[in-house]
Amino acid sequence: MKYLEEFSDPQLARRLLDQIHATVTRPWALMEVCGGQTHSIIRHGIDQLLPEGIEMIHGPGCPVCVTPLEIIDKALEIAAREDVIFCSFGDMLRVPGSKHDLFRIKSEGSDIRLVYSPLDALKIAKENPQRQVVFFGIGFETTAPANAMTVYQAERLGIENFSLLVSHVLVPPAIAAIMESPSCRVQGFLAAGHVCSVMGTREYPALAERFEVPIVVTGFEPLDILEGIRQAVVQLESGRHEVQNAYRRAVPEDGNPVAKEMLRDVFEVTDRAWRGIGSIPRSGWRLSERYRRFDAERRFAVADIHTDESSVCRSGEVLQGLIKPNECAAFGKQCTPRNPLGATMVSSEGACAAYYQYRRLDLLPAGASR
Amino acid sequence: MCLAVPGKVVHLRDEDDTRMAEVDFGGVRKDVCLQYIPDVELGDYVIVHVGFAIQRLDESSARETLASFENLGYLEEEFGDQLALARRQAGMDEESTAGKGELP
Amino acid sequence: MTEDTLPTSTASGPAIDADSWVCPLPLRDSPNIVMGHGAGGALSAELVTHLFQPGYGAAGTTELGDAAVIAAQPGRLSFSTDSYVVKPTFFPGGNIGDLAVNGTVNDVSMCGGRPMFLSTSFILEEGTPLEDLARVARSMGWAAERAGVRLVTGDTKVVDSGNGDGIYVNTAGIGVIPDGVDIRPDRAQPGDAVLLSGCLGLHGIAVMSSREGIDFGTTVESDTAALNDLVDVMIGTGADIHVLRDPTRGGLAAAVNEIARSSEVGIEIEESRLPVPEAVSNACGLLGLDPMFVANEGKLMAIVAEQEADRVLEAMRGHEAGQDAVYIGRCVAEHPGAMVARTGIGATRVVDLPIGEQLPRIC
Repeated sequence: MKYLEEFSDPQLARRLLDQIHATVTRPWALMEVCGGQTHSIIRHGIDQLLPEGIEMIHGPGCPVCVTPLEIIDKALEIAAREDVIFCSFGDMLRVPGSKHDLFRIKSEGSDIRLVYSPLDALKIAKENPQRQVVFFGIGFETTAPANAMTVYQAERLGIENFSLLVSHVLVPPAIAAIMESPSCRVQGFLAAGHVCSVMGTREYPALAERFEVPIVVTGFEPLDILEGIRQAVVQLESGRHEVQNAYRRAVPEDGNPVAKEMLRDVFEVTDRAWRGIGSIPRSGWRLSERYRRFDAERRFAVADIHTDESSVCRSGEVLQGLIKPNECAAFGKQCTPRNPLGATMVSSEGACAAYYQYRRLDLLPAGASR
Repeated sequence: MCLAVPGKVVHLRDEDDTRMAEVDFGGVRKDVCLQYIPDVELGDYVIVHVGFAIQRLDESSARETLASFENLGYLEEEFGDQLALARRQAGMDEESTAGKGELP
Repeated sequence: MTEDTLPTSTASGPAIDADSWVCPLPLRDSPNIVMGHGAGGALSAELVTHLFQPGYGAAGTTELGDAAVIAAQPGRLSFSTDSYVVKPTFFPGGNIGDLAVNGTVNDVSMCGGRPMFLSTSFILEEGTPLEDLARVARSMGWAAERAGVRLVTGDTKVVDSGNGDGIYVNTAGIGVIPDGVDIRPDRAQPGDAVLLSGCLGLHGIAVMSSREGIDFGTTVESDTAALNDLVDVMIGTGADIHVLRDPTRGGLAAAVNEIARSSEVGIEIEESRLPVPEAVSNACGLLGLDPMFVANEGKLMAIVAEQEADRVLEAMRGHEAGQDAVYIGRCVAEHPGAMVARTGIGATRVVDLPIGEQLPRIC
């Protein structure tokens, strides 16, 4: 068992697809919350193989996409300082702020380093005691334990020249915000498997109950995605709305208790702005009082930077499945994958970017239509 | 949210009082922090995100899930679509095939 | 420096181990490059006679004029240049030196040219260890010998410490195109078969595995290799080869997209047919990369008429550089200019030209 190729077997995929086709009697709109799932759906073309009426709405679960412009601008400001080594995951380097991206700052001479893990940034801090080393701590509950551990270790080992620019976001409040939108079309959710690997599944029954939507914890390989869709559709067809776990091999009900304990110590819940959606109450984490001195926003006094999102961009409505990407006036004109205005055009898996690719060729598959 | 991949723990060590491991991802090896799954043993599979093991993979669950896929549609082939439809309407289909991996 | 101190390397194989090879004579006192090595004086001359000439060996030249003098060839020439800034300089399976020779040899070959002469031009950062440069020069000599090309002219400049990054190399190459050969990026036609000479992603993953910040342990080695002999064999079948392209930066996806645009055809690739070694596939999984976008330095993609595909494929498989050659897809009249991949579970997706460098992602 290698836990990978076993879950992309074409024959079993066909079988799951046949089941989905046999189950569906009317149209349903499902949202996969996680950007990794969106990536998998597009990478394998899963949306094209679904029955005509099954619509996959790509959710806001890409941390790169939802990190607000304001935080990017703060990152740019900090990264441009001469005393700073700014460390980031690769995918954040290309995300545009209001003027430019981290690549541009790097080209102008700033010391910006791509790291695989936040622990690498801590190592750089240890090796460069005379410089300030900042890690761009973005991500959902999956990434938060890694960033928390880094801050915890910085404190424990006395690495005071390290700090974290925090923009952590949380899934359950985002699901609630989407469902509370008056024109919301989402009828079922594929919950993000790796978020649940950390957090477990106990946050979700209340949401399923309150909004009367099935929530299926789903993995990332083709068979995982298809099984998540199948379970959601079976529930919808039979009028149920429960939390189910289609990713049991990696998601125990309690998640990871050790990681959750660390998160409680290092972070505290705060309101967060989501790019394209706006502020969602209690939808993110910031460093707790005990670790506040490792907060880069505080250390570099960038709290006063305020940036508004593009006024023409309607990515918030796209994220919620309210409009199709090409119904936005900027789509394909001011806003393209090379010059993205909003979250959904930033990442190659974003709804707008994906739509742009297919529209360009008039190859839009049935399942991807919104 | 995240790109996390399964790998096998091939070497354990402590570094600065932190539990670390070398994890093999099928011909690719990487240092991984095990602090969040302290009781991992050599040979265990863990799921790794940005250098951290966030969960241990459960082999029996994985096998059950795969077996449930194998069994999907089996009843339809044998007994025809009528039965499947009846079962579906009765809401029975789902529970039995999804998580537990055994035929009802 | 006399003739007998030249390393004895012959076409039958290198006689010296690059890793332990050191410059035969110490260059004055400094073990490192100093500004004077690029100033055209005695130090520059010493670098040529004591480091580059022995490094290049039989592939090099003893003529040190301002230009190489080459007998004019009848017919058409193919002429290409490329600069190499790969980081790190030494990576599993190769270094900037063999990469710079093989890369330009391959570029010349992709137009059907038989590469003959290369220029080599260095931009060195002050402080670069001479031993590193010697290893690079030696690798270039061997690579040139293997490819059957001569390194006939060159130049060296040195930049201040901090203004460069160790060793940069530019090579330019000239080849002669045999009569009747017409290989161009705009000759792909609907119905043509798309062939690939071997497995994908080795070079990109090997380099990434040794890059600071991403580094991981792997046995994957760069596939850097000259392809001119393979191309010769393919042309030798008599088949009308429409297009050749080496999928280097941007990988197969960039190569296919470029051909689709130049030829105004659609190109469909079947993902399940792509040969991707397990370690490459897993490294891509770990970093969130797509093997179709990862660089190769010893592979080529060929587009030939469907009815000639089997013959060409067989010839490729008979050659060392093409033994794992496979059919990977075809050209179609639909969606001109675009690459479409058929996925493992039977759907299709559009594969666009990558916007920039492939970056590891977390999402």
